[in-house]
Amino acid sequence: MHASTQQENAVGMNAVGMDEKLAEVMQAKAEHQGCGTSGGSGKASCGSSAGQGDLPTEIWEKVKNHPCYSEEAHHHYARMHVAVAPACNIQCNYCNRKYDCANESRPGVVSEKLTPEQAAKKVLAVASTIPQMTVLGIAGPGDPLANPEKTFKTFELINRTAPDIKLCLSTNGLALPDHVDTIAGFNVDHVTITINMVDPEVGAKIYPWVFWKHKRYTGYEAAKLLTDRQMLGLEMLTERGILCKVNSVMIPGINDKHLVEVNRAVKSRGAFLHNIMPLISSPEHGTVFGLNGQRGPTAQELKALQDECEGEMNMMRHCRQCRADAVGLLGEDRSAEFTTDKIMAMEVNYDLDSRKAYQALVEEERVAKVAAKQEELEALAGEQSDIKLLTAVATKGSGLINEHFGHAKEFQVWELSTAGAKFVGHRRVDLYCQGGYGEEDSLETIIRAINDCHAVFVAKIGGCPKADLIKAGIEPVDTFAHEFIEKSAITWFKEYLNKVKTGEIVHTARGDAEIRQGALINAA
Amino acid sequence: MTLKIVASQCTSCSACEPECPNVAISEKNGTFVIDPKKCTECIGHFDVPQCAAVCPVDDTCVIDNAYPRYQPTA
Repeated sequence: MHASTQQENAVGMNAVGMDEKLAEVMQAKAEHQGCGTSGGSGKASCGSSAGQGDLPTEIWEKVKNHPCYSEEAHHHYARMHVAVAPACNIQCNYCNRKYDCANESRPGVVSEKLTPEQAAKKVLAVASTIPQMTVLGIAGPGDPLANPEKTFKTFELINRTAPDIKLCLSTNGLALPDHVDTIAGFNVDHVTITINMVDPEVGAKIYPWVFWKHKRYTGYEAAKLLTDRQMLGLEMLTERGILCKVNSVMIPGINDKHLVEVNRAVKSRGAFLHNIMPLISSPEHGTVFGLNGQRGPTAQELKALQDECEGEMNMMRHCRQCRADAVGLLGEDRSAEFTTDKIMAMEVNYDLDSRKAYQALVEEERVAKVAAKQEELEALAGEQSDIKLLTAVATKGSGLINEHFGHAKEFQVWELSTAGAKFVGHRRVDLYCQGGYGEEDSLETIIRAINDCHAVFVAKIGGCPKADLIKAGIEPVDTFAHEFIEKSAITWFKEYLNKVKTGEIVHTARGDAEIRQGALINAA
Repeated sequence: MTLKIVASQCTSCSACEPECPNVAISEKNGTFVIDPKKCTECIGHFDVPQCAAVCPVDDTCVIDNAYPRYQPTA
């Protein structure tokens, strides 16, 4: 299903921080361009960038509040998943349903499963506490459509009690064609299908079996069945105007090169967004891939593939590979606040008007940011250079360099060129519960995670890590503390180009970087 | 005989429950169990026991030798 995480966006706007936030925003000079407004082409990526861009109005209306379909929206709007669908109808080599650990988090692993009634209560509880929660997804931990009664009962209950919440689901696609009409009937306008191959020869290496019509199929036959059903389901959805995101797990040596073909196949069938995620694979997960030593991609391998697929198709770069019971903004996990015991004891007061009022404030903030972002784009006018490099940014959100180096659980990665600053992803650096990442080597972990970057922008940094970063060839930059990311990065980049021009420094390429394994949980 | 679910291996995913043609599977103490009085090993319904075919953990839905072989009535 999905896979890793982080939290630059501590935009955790509860009503209290709102005034302060709005004030910040009014003086904003720049914020996100979205993860793919690569200066020249003006192509809005990650679903939609800072504004409507070239999206038709009816599609913009669907994506603008959906954190997974719009990179920019994910700084403002939260989602939640309810784990009502534990059963699955296929087996994937990157999934092991048996393995569970309280301190561990991966897609397919949840703390507790819910009944549809508990799920509906939970949605109301979260919606009342987090007014920017706009999307309810069912993503497992199995397959929502292998549990159709539970999934649709949940949708029905939520439609009745909280009709303003968008419904979405994430499926492997095997049972999808059977349920498209029901999905459309519930006004679900976002469906994610995990598609890892369109060639059954490749699929046979990923899926040991599928269960369909009372029979277990294996090998080529299983993968052929799955891919045929996925393509049919995708076509049926897009025909009905339902937006489809395709998730693909990048498995080096198995489907990495093949995903370009997958990209073409889903694009031609009308998929809206493609999310290529790194394989999470570690022996302690007990998955087939984990146990046979199958590695995940490096950061540069992942980025190269995403870049290759980014053309006419929107690529999602802000996925944190969250769990089937995640709650909150992408990159934060508030699920611990909403355990079944807690929600059952909660007095829920679902106030649609106050939610709408809150969301109206968020919209004002977004408009202000969009209006303020032009200036920095002009700063690079006239610059000519082939240099393209990556920089890491420690941020708590709001588009600002506002996190202390040592406190960052993830870094945003921005690609700088004369075309501008482009968001290309996140790198997790939080300490993971297993695998012996102790305090003492946390700096090493961070350096490995951003080793392909030339600089790291921080609000503050201590002397020791500063020296170690310089030794590793990464320039720590703390002179833009609490300033906007894009503007600062571009200013720094202009200086960098000047220094190269004058011969003060020599531009050299950086190495590759490591992708942390496992999804983020705040408890880690 | 009948099938049984090895409780220590059951992930409680519930996939087997709706597949059983005899409604012999239910949840008990956090895992799923098969009622040996109702289980027919899917004989007469399907070629293979459905619980075993859909179970995500190998060797979890297995023949329970404590019971005599199921005899379909004509």
